[in-house]
Amino acid sequence: MSWTSFFSFRRFRAIAAKEFVQMRRDRVTFAMMIGIPIVQMVVFGFAINSDPKHLPTAVLSADHSVFSRTVVAAMQNSGYFKIVKNVASQAEADLLIEEGEVQFVLVIPPDFGRRLVRGEQPSLLLTADATDPAATSNALSSFRLVAEAALARDLSGPLTHLRRGPPPLNLILHPSYNPEAITQYNIVPGLMGVVLTMTLVIITGLAITRERERGTMENLLSTPVKPFEVMLGKIIPYVVVGYVQMGVIILAGLFVFRVPMIGSLPLLLAVSFLFIAANLGMGLTFSTLARNQLQAVQMAFFFFLPSILLSGFMFPFRGMPVWAQMIGETLPLTHYLRIVRGILLKGNGFAQILPQLWPIGLFLAVALTVGLTRYRRTLD
Amino acid sequence: MTSPAPVIEVSELTKSFAGKIAVNRLSLRVEPGEIYGFLGPNGSGKTTFIRMLCGLLQPDSGRGTCLGHDLFRESHLIKPQIGYLAQKFSLYEDLSVRENLSFMARIYGLPKVRTLVEEAMERLGLARFADQLAGTLSGGWKQRLALAACLLHQPRLLLLDEPTAGVDPKARRDFWDEIYRLSAEGVTALISTHYMDEAERCHRLAYLAYGELLAAGTAAQVVAASGLFTWTITGENVHLLASGLKKRPGIEQVAPFGTTLHVSGHDPDLLQAGLADIDCRLYHCQASAVSLEDVFISLMQNRGGQS
Ligand SMILES: Nc1ncnc2c1ncn2[C@@H]1O[C@H](COP(=O)(O)OP(=O)(O)OP(=O)(O)O)[C@@H](O)[C@H]1O
Ligand SMILES: [Mg+2]
Repeated sequence: MSWTSFFSFRRFRAIAAKEFVQMRRDRVTFAMMIGIPIVQMVVFGFAINSDPKHLPTAVLSADHSVFSRTVVAAMQNSGYFKIVKNVASQAEADLLIEEGEVQFVLVIPPDFGRRLVRGEQPSLLLTADATDPAATSNALSSFRLVAEAALARDLSGPLTHLRRGPPPLNLILHPSYNPEAITQYNIVPGLMGVVLTMTLVIITGLAITRERERGTMENLLSTPVKPFEVMLGKIIPYVVVGYVQMGVIILAGLFVFRVPMIGSLPLLLAVSFLFIAANLGMGLTFSTLARNQLQAVQMAFFFFLPSILLSGFMFPFRGMPVWAQMIGETLPLTHYLRIVRGILLKGNGFAQILPQLWPIGLFLAVALTVGLTRYRRTLD
Repeated sequence: MTSPAPVIEVSELTKSFAGKIAVNRLSLRVEPGEIYGFLGPNGSGKTTFIRMLCGLLQPDSGRGTCLGHDLFRESHLIKPQIGYLAQKFSLYEDLSVRENLSFMARIYGLPKVRTLVEEAMERLGLARFADQLAGTLSGGWKQRLALAACLLHQPRLLLLDEPTAGVDPKARRDFWDEIYRLSAEGVTALISTHYMDEAERCHRLAYLAYGELLAAGTAAQVVAASGLFTWTITGENVHLLASGLKKRPGIEQVAPFGTTLHVSGHDPDLLQAGLADIDCRLYHCQASAVSLEDVFISLMQNRGGQS
């Protein structure tokens, strides 16, 4: 058999064109696709706060005194910080924070211990990835207390005099990316992923069940059209819808919420294709599993709930229990949120988002495989 | 003389839904160019059988070929060559007539879609509805649109499931003219119907009940094989006799047709005896040709009595 007996571009195009026309005629659905992003943006205009702990932290220490060890140990004990790495250079530290490996980097300058003993008020620099301010604010505010209390215990014997007077050290907090801790900066780019997940999974979830319910599947199945052509033909028109929704959110983000967009917009649009396709693939798979349109919608919600709760949109990802994080890691939205925030707020390039891209690709491949194997070629 | 390869040849084809048998060990042969009628009461398995032929349902057991291809393994080779008209309208109600036809033409990979579609609409009188949504057409026009759609790719075999249900007499006549024209070109057609006049127009026909093939052949063969005899009684208010006649031995069915009553039974002597005392001044009795309808009703009654 030749390749054309498995896939015909003309048949695929016929399906896609038909879907476009039907989409245009279905006014309610069409309005919903544009309305949902707007409604969501209004609803999520406020922030949801929480108190995450054990945030990954890297330490760049050039000082080997007992005092710097005390500070690090105290941070660890506070529960807010988890020291995951000791780094040797500023460049290495910057990379970790850019890629989202760690939330904080603590920089201890050389001769910190010596200057502390001399009462020179040496500085400690704590840099935070504040793209999601809800995740970092409590940790940041606890840091000063923790560090000062711990050092106070160490300053005993001949050093007791340093406990009086001004604080023995100077703390510099540096929340990068979102210095004013404006939660909308975090919410609005995140909404892009949420809206795409919500509408696209539902819309494609209905795509095949609708053909079954209306009886048009009977005609379609009696023609030479192949499952892959139907699946692809039904995905492509909604990719366009996905991009329209993104456009609405980006425009609103820029002009209503005034979210700064640092990174490359073309890059964001390009990598979003994969995410949109993953959601559509999921929807189509539901569509092949569901017996009717109601079931398809229920399945879409079943997928949507963990997506919104466990992806780091509602609650800071690192504040969740490990099992929830593990589920979260499998969801495309989790990775897409990191990509969107990375590109828009941190100015990430392709290399930095690559680790988030392949899990989405894997998800798409699995969803399409399940969908294609479950696509019923007959009516029984 | 060797007969040409049959277009449809199935044997012992069986299909059941959740343990309930819909088609029971059906064997059938349809020759090229034939117009084959498919009759049977509601729920007798006609649609199920046709769906198995076009690959919409997987048979449970049996063997069969359609256009020389195996029903179980080669439905992808069968599909491009058949035109299937489903019992329920199954084109897109939210597409216009023209859009529906263009879509089907593209799905079959046909060249010159635009002219092809215009010609098809012209031929079936659909041109004036070209831009109307299919969902807003009347029932009969929907049926004609569906027929146009399944003829576009010039299939070698037509599988038409009640194509004329709800269609007016003129359109029905047009439809049959079209079928005869295609048949003369060598196209084979399997047509299910509930209309007796259409059954008589078929070259051969099969009668199905409860998923089983009860009779097959030309109309004359089916009538002869039934062993049935019919008398007609003509006169004023002839229907008043009906209930009395039904109780008599030898009279198996009594059916009124206007001022005529068809009385049938398998035993000619008993039948005649049953009619002996009818007043000859008021009514006129005579032995007459057995109609297909009499045969089918008798077949159904007998089969129903058994199970
Ligand atoms: N998808 C299905 N699931 C379950 N049962 C079915 C299904 N399709 C058909 N049946 C059953 O199979 C039997 C045969 O149905 P079928 O539709 O083939 O009859 P038919 O001869 O076409 O009747 P009609 O003249 O009313 O169209 C019926 O008892 C029906 O209930
Ligand atoms: Mg039927």
